[in-house]
Amino acid sequence: MNAARAGAAPVHAVELSGVDKRFDAVHALDGIELTVGEGEFVSLIGPSGCGKSTLLRVVADLEQPTGGTVTVGGKSPHQARLDQDYGIAFQQAGLLEWRNVVENVELPLHVHGMPKPQRRARATELLELVGLAEFAGSRPSQLSGGMQQRVAIARALAPSPKLLLMDEPFGALDEMTRERMQAELLRIALETRAAVLFVTHSIPEAVVLSDRVVVMSPRPGRITEIVAGTRPGRTGATEPGPAELALDDVEDVRESGAFFAAITAVREALRKGHE
Amino acid sequence: MIARSRPLLTGAVAFLLLVIFWELAKAVLPDAGVSIGGTRILPRTDDGAMPHVWTVLGRLDDPEVAGAASTRPIGLAVASGALFTLGLALGGLVIGGVLGVLLALFMQRFRLAERAVLPYVVASQTVPLIAIAPLVAGWGGKIQILGWAWQPWASVMVISSYLSFFPIAVGMLRGLTSLPRADVELFRTLAADWWTTLLRLRLPASVPHLIPAVRLAAAASVVGAIVAEISTGTRGGIGRLIIEYAQSATGDPSQMYAAILGAAVLGLVAAAAVGLLDLGLRRYRGSTS
Repeated sequence: MNAARAGAAPVHAVELSGVDKRFDAVHALDGIELTVGEGEFVSLIGPSGCGKSTLLRVVADLEQPTGGTVTVGGKSPHQARLDQDYGIAFQQAGLLEWRNVVENVELPLHVHGMPKPQRRARATELLELVGLAEFAGSRPSQLSGGMQQRVAIARALAPSPKLLLMDEPFGALDEMTRERMQAELLRIALETRAAVLFVTHSIPEAVVLSDRVVVMSPRPGRITEIVAGTRPGRTGATEPGPAELALDDVEDVRESGAFFAAITAVREALRKGHE
Repeated sequence: MIARSRPLLTGAVAFLLLVIFWELAKAVLPDAGVSIGGTRILPRTDDGAMPHVWTVLGRLDDPEVAGAASTRPIGLAVASGALFTLGLALGGLVIGGVLGVLLALFMQRFRLAERAVLPYVVASQTVPLIAIAPLVAGWGGKIQILGWAWQPWASVMVISSYLSFFPIAVGMLRGLTSLPRADVELFRTLAADWWTTLLRLRLPASVPHLIPAVRLAAAASVVGAIVAEISTGTRGGIGRLIIEYAQSATGDPSQMYAAILGAAVLGLVAAAAVGLLDLGLRRYRGSTS
């Protein structure tokens, strides 16, 4: 990995090396080594307290690591944040109630002073991408939880980031909505070619979405194993698949043997981490 | 329309109930009040202590000074006094509002300032108004700004703002700081500076806290203006009228009640002004989560 950094090596979406994070008595992250390639979808999974959210927050420059190095698109997380190189979505959609849907999507562009016609055009385009064009003028409270989360994802995509950080974005949704949102997210990731770092504690969700599933264990937060996921539309991380991804593809994956094999592998890795 | 006029209707009904209660107390209770073992536990209800409501209303049309042909009716005197005081109270509310908001911003921006300033802000309200009023009037008398000599009404406005800045400073600070953590972090990830975060997040999110604070402040500034008029001896307002009429209260209580009625209506008008502000900001009133 270190050799790849020299010369004309590809710039990774995220690169963590020897990352440590301590909160007083708690050793939240211990010697994290992880690389997320361009356009790659990587999930972080593990029990509560394993540091997966902390890891995401370190990448987002919301927490400072106490040791090791972090680069986001070849820059420091701080610079990446200032340059709006990543978009972020949390478990709670966190939409601003005094802004309607399209104004919420515009927020990142508004904050950075983009003139109204341009940002409105971009936001409208994004609302079409997440299938909410006809709700542009609605108040967030008028939308269902799933729709609010789609607005939050559209907002995260507004500055056209190369990297999407997502902290259990579907955690509060019911199972049916959740599966639809997963397919939606896969399609969006393919269309935007953004890399995704995705925190979840659902094994099937991690497997169906990801190129790679990073399994973590708590006290101290460590990576115990990395399992290949079954992300449809791309095989492995090599082939930058077509921008067309049918919902059926995702359904097919969910019923495939590889899917169940990967679930078993992740489950075993999780159990091992607990021993 | 029906929904909008409902508060008005409720207010009218409440006023009517108060009138009925007043008259009922007069009718049922003995004139000398109720005493147990020498201690009066219910007030006197004779016409001297509690005049009939219609007597008070009827007095509005009488001349201020009985016998003098040219004097204006009490109603007009009370109305013009109330209007004068309303102007001073609204001026005080605006000054207090600006001051309160600035203080809250300062305390939000600099955490140290919150710890340093907030105790004094709280302490300021425990100083009795009547102790400050002569001081302000005294200082004011020595001030000249660009050739404009300080007027007594300006002292009243300043004293009124002394009461109104407090609820606004406290309410605004609360509004500015009690945000969902996720919202603050979102703005951090957007690399928004303090000013942008203030404009796009903290100010809009503080509105639900600000409106009740302004409502309190409006009431406080009316009380402040009336008390200030009395203690600085400023002429022309309802405070002065209350003092003047109170001197004849033993002989003619209904006249003083007319002035009190004027002060109450004044408070309602100030509250209605806040209602307008509320209406203008209704977009920001909903919850932020």
